[in-house]
Amino acid sequence: MTDPPPTEVHDEPSAAPEHESRREPAITARSPWVLAGRRLLRDRVAIVCLVVIVLIVLLAVFAPLVASITGHGPNQQYRDTGLSPDGLPRAPSGEFWLGTDSLGRDILVRIAYGARISLLVGVVATALTVTIGVVVGLAAGYLGGVVDTILARVIDVVLSVPFLLVAIALVSIFGAGLLNTVLVIGAFSWASMARIVRGQVLSLREREFVEAARSMGASSARIMFVDILPNVLAQVIVYTTLLIPVVIVVQATLSFLGLGLPAPTADWGGMISEAQNYYTTSWWFVLFPGLALLATTLAFNLFGDGVRDAFDPRAEGLTRGWKG
Amino acid sequence: MRKVNVGSCLTRLHDLSAGSVVFDGRDITTLSRRQLRPVRRDIQMIFQDPYGSLNPRRRVGSIIGDPFAIHRSGARSTRKAQVQELMERVGLNPEHYNRFPAEFSGGQRQRIGVARALALNPRVLVCDEPVSALDVSIQAQIINLLVDLQAEFGLTLVFISHDLSVIRHVSDRVAVMYLGRIVETGRVQQLYELPRHPYTRALLSALPVADPDLADSQSGIVLTGDVPSPVFPPSGCRFHTRCPRAEQDCVQSEPVLAPVLDDLPDHETACHHPLAVGELLSDSQPSIADTQIQNRTDSGRKSR
Repeated sequence: MTDPPPTEVHDEPSAAPEHESRREPAITARSPWVLAGRRLLRDRVAIVCLVVIVLIVLLAVFAPLVASITGHGPNQQYRDTGLSPDGLPRAPSGEFWLGTDSLGRDILVRIAYGARISLLVGVVATALTVTIGVVVGLAAGYLGGVVDTILARVIDVVLSVPFLLVAIALVSIFGAGLLNTVLVIGAFSWASMARIVRGQVLSLREREFVEAARSMGASSARIMFVDILPNVLAQVIVYTTLLIPVVIVVQATLSFLGLGLPAPTADWGGMISEAQNYYTTSWWFVLFPGLALLATTLAFNLFGDGVRDAFDPRAEGLTRGWKG
Repeated sequence: MRKVNVGSCLTRLHDLSAGSVVFDGRDITTLSRRQLRPVRRDIQMIFQDPYGSLNPRRRVGSIIGDPFAIHRSGARSTRKAQVQELMERVGLNPEHYNRFPAEFSGGQRQRIGVARALALNPRVLVCDEPVSALDVSIQAQIINLLVDLQAEFGLTLVFISHDLSVIRHVSDRVAVMYLGRIVETGRVQQLYELPRHPYTRALLSALPVADPDLADSQSGIVLTGDVPSPVFPPSGCRFHTRCPRAEQDCVQSEPVLAPVLDDLPDHETACHHPLAVGELLSDSQPSIADTQIQNRTDSGRKSR
């Protein structure tokens, strides 16, 4: 029979035997978030994209400043200076930096105000989408059983709906407007997020720490949001950054189809739509709003890619291995 | 029922298919989640895998503080102090409050699990193979910690393990399970020195002995054959397919736990043909056991 183990207990070296002072930890923990953040900072493409995003946000926030610098209001029509004698838009000049549109309005100022709409819809509709998707995914994945069966079928149904057709129908019934646009986008894009979260939760709920939480008497809601949610947050964030450009494009699409905001309001999709008949004569009319939309979505997309890479250390390890 | 399942049934993590769990005179077998909450304060669990049982995305301070938060025990303002006190008690540096589980070694992680289990001053601690995932050198530290805490807090430990030496070190009473049934139970001293059940006897003889001279004199009993499927357990005594003492009645009727011969009343054995004091398992002449199995047992002994 083996002897009982030695009675003297000394912990592993890292736990100092004496620790009288209970000050705040001298060593700040490098959380997975910090590590991901550092990887992100090393990603040059992502940083460039982040700069572009910040610039667009600044443009949106300081749109009134742009208006006062140029001296042009967003909806003001400059029929004398902003239109050629035969009524065509003016090319970019010292007066109108990015030219004017068919009504003699300053395109630069309208792009700045349009950025507000795009970003607002992009962020709010994405937030709505993510919230619904995460809650449904968590509930379906963790609660399982009948709840899962019903929610999974709902997810399938929502995914199979032809989004644009339904959006057009709904917007024409309930009227065009910012709130309706956000609600329609939110109501039909949460399903893929829910599916991603559900898949993650299905494997996480079998982990022992979930069992530990149950043995302590934690409620289902607490386990879902306190124990499981932090473990799917990385995927949620990655998907969110990739969802924002999609939502911006959808909003621009609805505007382009005339289902966006009421007429004088500046927004990118509407501007591109107005420029349709002028692209042969006034290249700037369609180019600059188009560029703004392209730059924004591209920046968000590439930044989202960077975030995904930053949160997936395995992929990083692989490339490191290949480089030797 | 596997021995590990016993632990999760005691804590009502799994529902029981048969039998009951009685705690403090109260049947908790069928309590609802809500009714179970106060009981959970008294019965806490330590898990086998210290890598799986701590949430990798949460800081140690909040993991250990979980029981307080779940049971709304103690003010939020004093929670940090409480948690750090617990950390100190289990031999962790309280300054590591804000670290993540990944920053600790296996032994330290198990200490975190112990601290979490102790948070609400439970009366029963179900330890599900608490050291089997750890290095041998660390096992001793965790076991001694548990033994110290047991004395300090007056805890009852339910210690589930396959490691006989560890069990002997920590236990007062032992229950031996084979194929989902308790085959023998008794005080640790008596059970280890006077095993009545052939399975217990074979199990104990499989323990390695540190002294090579002594090892020679102790004849090992090698059980042969595979463990039968627990889904379709053998009829009668579940051990009869591998038992050198099995007879016809072992196939037909399942023995119940009962005191044997002149044993103390709390030493119970579920066997139709328990071993007498000093009787060796190898002396048995099986009447029904496969002779081939017996031959292999013999040759196994000779080769030692």
